[in-house]
Amino acid sequence: MKYYSYFPGCSSSEGGARAYGDSTLAVAKALDVEFKELDDWNCCGSTPYNSFDELASLSLSGRNLALAEKRGFDLVTPCSSCYVMLNRTNTYLSKYPKAKAKIDEALAAGGLKYNGTIKVRHILDVFVRDIGYEAVKAKVKKNLGGLKVAAYYGCQIVRPKNDFDHTENPTSMDRLVESLGGEAVPFPMKSRCCGASLIISEQDVAVDLLKKIFDSAAGNGAQCMITVCPLCQTNLDAYQSQVNKKYHTSFNLPVLFFTQLMGVALGVDQKELGLKAGIVPAEPVLAKYL
Amino acid sequence: MEKKALANSFVEEIGGSPGGEEIRLCIQCGTCTASCPNADRMEHTPSQIIAMVRADMREEVLKSNAMWYCLSCYMCTARCPRGVQITELMHALEGIAVREHLSHGRTLTPTMYRSFNDFVYSIGTLPEVGFMAWYYMLSNPLKAIKVMPVAIDLIKHGRLRIKARRLTPEGTKQVKAILDKAESLGGAI
Repeated sequence: MKYYSYFPGCSSSEGGARAYGDSTLAVAKALDVEFKELDDWNCCGSTPYNSFDELASLSLSGRNLALAEKRGFDLVTPCSSCYVMLNRTNTYLSKYPKAKAKIDEALAAGGLKYNGTIKVRHILDVFVRDIGYEAVKAKVKKNLGGLKVAAYYGCQIVRPKNDFDHTENPTSMDRLVESLGGEAVPFPMKSRCCGASLIISEQDVAVDLLKKIFDSAAGNGAQCMITVCPLCQTNLDAYQSQVNKKYHTSFNLPVLFFTQLMGVALGVDQKELGLKAGIVPAEPVLAKYL
Repeated sequence: MEKKALANSFVEEIGGSPGGEEIRLCIQCGTCTASCPNADRMEHTPSQIIAMVRADMREEVLKSNAMWYCLSCYMCTARCPRGVQITELMHALEGIAVREHLSHGRTLTPTMYRSFNDFVYSIGTLPEVGFMAWYYMLSNPLKAIKVMPVAIDLIKHGRLRIKARRLTPEGTKQVKAILDKAESLGGAI
């Protein structure tokens, strides 16, 4: 058994990406990993808070890190934005003494202190490095042979930097797909932006970016896509119809959280995977593995 | 504001904070602009913004829409041969524009960010339904019509819940105390 503190983030806990959180916990259990949810965690602030008030944004993450420090294990999250924000706070605290003094003061106003000892990691990193491809492969109950998957990383799991994969041409999830028996198709747009939250304020801009990603995935023969981020999944899945409308295309690519696909291969009970949350239905593609 | 009073130039003001410290090293190679998915939507491209900061064009930079089109994809930052953290620079510029009430009127992104932040400030967490509803209230309720098909799809699949996750009362109070203190310290770092 391996132990971690778990930070689901707003979307994967009780928000629109609940299926991501549920499937993450189910897969962790199947792989003999304990993800214990951080008590009383708060929103990481994401890009919006960071854009308005950087100090407040760093302090929001600082609170979560201070809470995690009480337990002491690595803090893992399924959300790419939470991953960047929490990591950024750690970086600023160690690199910029002036920022640290202010963050410390803000945390003290809440009666908290953070000593900078918590390592923040993405769950993909945990599954591929701490568990490992071979160990995952050994637990596969339903080999995904014949399934062509476009592994979409998006931005913030790999950039600005990370210590487990390439910043522009990541391969860890591709290898994970292969260890489940599936085929990871070549996918040049795998780490390009999905439009992020501008899908709300500038839908046309984001839809244009999504179109390029679908072209790349479908053009390389993918039957489905998998993602590591709640917002990427929502944009690719819920706005696929808007792309089709704008460009008169007929993309029909199910977009799964990578943990859902892992769950299918590991034989996790379907009810725990939330497959019905997908707007582009995944059942036709996954039927023979379920 | 304190920084503005002390700095002699915009580059000095920006250069004192993370994201701005390396802008003196920029060689104007344009890699950031070539890497930016939204450069073509910006009134000034990322490399132009850096040049303008160095040319002390404070007002032109802060009133432009450029930073509000930043997607935080960090491609520029990952590729910059001089180590300039352009994404962080964009966020620093957004922060100054907000503090000085220069939010750009031709994009709704600042309004969207504000709607998000209002919730996080009040309850320490983000209920997606409330956030979206608040955003359309603050921007243009008619715009909500365009996203109705998407909203209906999300509702059908159980992905838009009205009920929000709440922190404990102590946790909510603690988050507020921390954020109030951060704000009293000036927002910038």
